[in-house]
Amino acid sequence: MNFRKASALAAAVVALSLTATACGSDDGGDGAGNGGGGSGDGGGSTVTIGIKFDQPGLGLQTPDGDFEGFDVDVATYVANELGYDAEDIEWKEAISAERENMIKNGDVDFVVATYSITDQRKEEVSFAGPYFIAQQDLLIRADDEVTDVEQINDLNLCSVAGSTSAQNVAEKFAPDAELQEYGGYSECLTGLENKAVDALTTDDAILAGYASQDAHAGKFKLAGLELNPEHYGIGVPKDDTELRDKINAALEKMVEDGSWARFVETHFGPAGYEAADAPEITETD
Amino acid sequence: MFEFLDLERYDLLGAFWVTVQLAVYSAIGSLILGTVLAAMRVSPVPVMRGFGTAYVNVVRNIPLTVVIVFTSLGLFQTLGIALGGEGFTETNFRLAVLGLATYTAAFVCEALRSGINTVPVGQAEAGRALGLTFFQVLTLIVLPQAFRAVVAPLANVLIALTKNTTVASAIGVAEAAYLMKSMVENESDALLPIFAVFAFGFIVLTLPTGLLLGRVSKRVAVKR
Repeated sequence: MNFRKASALAAAVVALSLTATACGSDDGGDGAGNGGGGSGDGGGSTVTIGIKFDQPGLGLQTPDGDFEGFDVDVATYVANELGYDAEDIEWKEAISAERENMIKNGDVDFVVATYSITDQRKEEVSFAGPYFIAQQDLLIRADDEVTDVEQINDLNLCSVAGSTSAQNVAEKFAPDAELQEYGGYSECLTGLENKAVDALTTDDAILAGYASQDAHAGKFKLAGLELNPEHYGIGVPKDDTELRDKINAALEKMVEDGSWARFVETHFGPAGYEAADAPEITETD
Repeated sequence: MFEFLDLERYDLLGAFWVTVQLAVYSAIGSLILGTVLAAMRVSPVPVMRGFGTAYVNVVRNIPLTVVIVFTSLGLFQTLGIALGGEGFTETNFRLAVLGLATYTAAFVCEALRSGINTVPVGQAEAGRALGLTFFQVLTLIVLPQAFRAVVAPLANVLIALTKNTTVASAIGVAEAAYLMKSMVENESDALLPIFAVFAFGFIVLTLPTGLLLGRVSKRVAVKR
């Protein structure tokens, strides 16, 4: 039974990835076609994109060296629209604290790495998008229930040291909650499983990625609270309006042709994540 | 240039105070444990010598991050050992002190053992000839001279320990490196100045330690 389920799932994944690649190469053709003059410098050259290498569901390096995740799919789609084939993409790891510097130094062409649009960051870089609005949420054990924000004060929470999510807990919605902080989210999952903590809190997209991992399947679920929105954008060099507008156009197309909804379903669906509509593009000027 | 340094929002002094507390408690703990270990390594009992050697060689070769994260994930979250702490903040602080002391003790032990080697063997033999026990020879004759010889190496260990306290942020102890992470997250337009502030803070802590203990080591050294 388990084997059958697994093989059915595998078949579904293969089918999805086949359709994804098929549609990807179509778009590539389109891009080259209508790109015309633009494809002159794009043809044959490569594009370097900064992504997370360690974020399940968003940007994760697989054991065989490939990358998978929502951010990876979005980045691939955008790169296709800009006239680059999937094999012309060079992935680079973008650690959270280094993202601004990578863009400023020209190490990457753009960054798609759970990059929240904030005024602080706009001092250093420009954004396209947003392409996703994540809500801060709780990941709880599958047999637990948290229905409203008031309850959070009685919980033992876990998050990453110094992260915006961790700071929000103390400063905004649960000043009385106990907060355990670690260097990464994986450490929190141990405590959550052992009942040393009651919930792991950060953006729902990140949580959904962890809950969808094979090792944790069925153990955890999202509480479904909307605690604090984070607008994920694509980071581009400051005031590079041309690139930003091209990426915005690509993102709009991605939503229109249904690719966005499919990416969301593929990567966050298994955790019971219900996506709202795709966000409006706001980073136009 | 330093306008990001909003001291009402970021408790810089409080964070460095936690760093100092971590360093002081861990230093005391590691000094006691390290002395016991050094005594074991020179003791006439083979089992104790073996244990001391094994401890030093195992613990000093494990990365400190692994030790610290293990105290939290292994001892606290899995085995439920909270060291009597109420709430995560207190428990994590105590776990961090335990981890830092356990780790640093290996280095204190080795520094002290080198100090024991500076005491001429004839003195220990003379003590034995007078009928003193091993424990008496160690505490009355050898260790007092050994400590006076190793003040400078122990100052090195203490400075390393002070900087190693930054690893405690891996289990959420709100010390200086933890505050730095929050500031890096919020003030991403001023990364280098933030690093400069914290580097300066640590120099303020460790430079006087080194200078002071350097002078102490000259004053107390046994002139042979």
